[in-house]
Amino acid sequence: MSAPPSLSPLRTLVGNLAAAPRRILQAGFRTGLPRTDRTRSTFVFGNVFLHLQPVRTHRWSLRWTATMGLGIAATAAFLVTLVTGVLLMCYYKPYPDVAYTSIKDIHFVVPTGRFIRNIHRWAANVMVVTVLLHMARVFYTAAYRKPREFNWLIGLALLAVTLGLSFTGYLLPWDQLAYWAITIGANIAQSPREITDALSLTDSFDPGGLQRQLLLGSDVVGEEALIRFYVLHVMVLPLLLVILLAVHFWRIRKDGGLARPVDADARLGPPPPDTYPVFTEAPTRTYHLAAIVRGRTDAVSRGPENTVPSMPHLFYAELGILMVTVLVCLALAIVSDAPLKELADPNVPENPAKAPWYFLGLQELVSFSAFMGGIGIPAIVLIGLGLIPFLDREEAGTGLWFGGPGGRRLALQSAMVGTAAALAVEAIAIRFGWLREWFPQIPQLVITFVNPGTILAAMYGAFSIWLVRRHRSARAGAMGLFTCFLCGFVLLTIIGTYFRGPNWMFYWSPSEWPKH
Amino acid sequence: MSAESQSGPSRLDPEPMPRRDFLGLASIWAALGALAFATIGMIRLPKAAVLSSPSKKFRVTLPDSLAAGQGFVPPGRSVALFRDAEGVYAISLICTHLGCVVKSQADGFECPCHGSRFRPDGTVEKGPAPMALPWRQVTAAGSDFIVDDAVAVPPGTKVRA
Repeated sequence: MSAPPSLSPLRTLVGNLAAAPRRILQAGFRTGLPRTDRTRSTFVFGNVFLHLQPVRTHRWSLRWTATMGLGIAATAAFLVTLVTGVLLMCYYKPYPDVAYTSIKDIHFVVPTGRFIRNIHRWAANVMVVTVLLHMARVFYTAAYRKPREFNWLIGLALLAVTLGLSFTGYLLPWDQLAYWAITIGANIAQSPREITDALSLTDSFDPGGLQRQLLLGSDVVGEEALIRFYVLHVMVLPLLLVILLAVHFWRIRKDGGLARPVDADARLGPPPPDTYPVFTEAPTRTYHLAAIVRGRTDAVSRGPENTVPSMPHLFYAELGILMVTVLVCLALAIVSDAPLKELADPNVPENPAKAPWYFLGLQELVSFSAFMGGIGIPAIVLIGLGLIPFLDREEAGTGLWFGGPGGRRLALQSAMVGTAAALAVEAIAIRFGWLREWFPQIPQLVITFVNPGTILAAMYGAFSIWLVRRHRSARAGAMGLFTCFLCGFVLLTIIGTYFRGPNWMFYWSPSEWPKH
Repeated sequence: MSAESQSGPSRLDPEPMPRRDFLGLASIWAALGALAFATIGMIRLPKAAVLSSPSKKFRVTLPDSLAAGQGFVPPGRSVALFRDAEGVYAISLICTHLGCVVKSQADGFECPCHGSRFRPDGTVEKGPAPMALPWRQVTAAGSDFIVDDAVAVPPGTKVRA
C-alpha cells in the first residue's frame, strides 16, 4: 500500500495528525455511536465493563420489585467508599497518636476533608445495609436455587469481606471508640481459648491466641495492629472484594440472568408498544455463541423473547440507582458527622465500649459467652446460609417474593416467632441474670454451650425443623430459619444500640445512665 | 495394520497412562506442592517472633497511705497492688472475657465493657467472664516491689517487704 503519489509525505503526516483525534476515538469505540439496536449490542459486547452485563435484558428483571436495585446500590456505595477512601489516604497516617491528629486535620483543616470523611463513613454504612437487604431479597425470592448456588456462596463471601472492611476501618481513627472496639474484636478472635482453657489444652493447642497474634502482630492493640488493619483496609480486602465482585457479576450472566418464574412471560403480558420485544436487527454472527451455550436456546420454538436492549433500558436504571445512592450518602454526610472521640487511652476503657451498630447484635451475644457469641453462632449461621441452596432443591416459587410453600403468611409467622423468642430470652437474661448468678460454682463449659444465644439459636432451629415437617418442604424450613435469624439480629442490634449503657447494663433510655 | 498396533501405542489403542500425561500431572503436583510450601512460609512472616510491647516487669513504690483492700494501680499499668496484714499481692486488671481494663473498687472489680464483676480475690461473681482474674508475681526489693505482669502465681500468694 502506498500513498497517492500526488501527496507529499509531509502532507500525509499533517493529514494523519488532523485525523488523529477522530481515529483515537474510533480505535476506542470501534462500532460507532450506539444509535441503533445493532450498534448498541456491539457496543455492549465490545466494552470490557459493559460486557459483564447482558446485551438484552428480560423484562421481568427490569421490574422495580424484582431486585429493588439493592445489588447495584451496594456496588455504588462501594465505589463511593473507594473514591473517598483514596482521597482520605492523601492525609491519613497509620501510626498511633499521629493517626488521631491526622483525622483531626482531615476534619478541621483539610479543604472538604470533613465532608469527604463523612461521605466515606456513610457510604460504608449504606453498603452494609444494602448488602444485608440484597441478601434478604435474594433469599425471599428464592433466587439462590439451581443454577445460582455458587453465586449465593460468592455473595456470602462478599458479605464477610464487607463486614471485614468496616471492622478494619473502625480502628483507623485511633480514638477511644476505635481502640476499645478493636480490643474487644481481637479478643473475640482469641476466644477459642474459652474452650481450650476449660479443657486445659491452651499450653499445647492455642488457635485463639494465634488468631489474635496474627491480627494484632503483638499482644496489645498498638502500632503493629494499626498498620496491619490499615493494610487490610486499603489493600487486601478491597482487592478481594473487587475480585469476588467480578465473579459475582459474571456468574449472574452465566447463570442465565436474574431468577424469574417459569411463567414469567405469561405473568408479564405483552410488552408496551414502544419497546422492541423481538431482536429485529440481530448481529450476523451469533452461531459462535450457540456452540458454547448449554441447553436449549430460549428463542427457538418459543416465539419472540421477552427481552429489551440493555442499552438503554438496564443501564439507565442502573445509572439512576447509582445517582440515588450517591445522593443518599451525600445527604447523610451533610446532616451527620462521622464520630471522633478522645485519643485512644489503653488504660481507661470507653464505657460503654460499643462496636459499630451492625456488630452490636453480636456484642449482645458476646456478653453471654465470648466464644459462642463471637465465633460459634456466627459460624453456624454462615454455614447454615451457605447450605440453604443445597438443601432446598425445590422449584416452586423461584423468582417470586416469598415464593414456595407457606408464602407471605409463613414469613410473617416466622417473623413473629423469631421476635418473640428473642424478646423472651433477652427479658429473662436481663431480669434474672444467667447461670453464673444462679449457680456460682458452675463450670464455664456449661455456660459456653447453654447461654441465651445458643438457646435462641436452638429454638430457631427447632422451629425450622417443625416447619420442614409441617409443610413437607425444605424451603419452608429455610424461610422460617432465615426470617427468625433476621428478626433476632435486628432485635439484638436494637437492644445493643439503644438499651445498653455503662457496664453493658440495661437502661430504658440513655438519660438514665449514671453520671460520673 | 495389526502389526503396527501390536508394536506400539496408537490413537486407537493408547497406553494406560501416556508418558506426556504422566509428566504433565507430575509437574502440576510439583507446582502445587511448591505453592503450598511457599504459602506456609508466607504465613510464618506475620507471626511476630518478638513482641513489641514494653517489658511487663516493673518496680513500684507503694504509697504509705494504702489501706487494706484498697488497690493501687501504677500509672500506665493494668495491674493492681494490694497490701494487707499478710503482705503485698498483685491482681491483673485485664478482664478475662474480652480484654477490657476492669476497675478496682472496694467490693471487688467491675468491667465496663460487658458487666463482669469479680470478688476482691479476683474470682468471678457475675457476668460473662470465663475465669478469675490472675494473680501476678510480686518480689520484694528493699522497700519497693518488683511486679511481673507476665507471670501468674497461685491466688493467695502474698509477699512481705
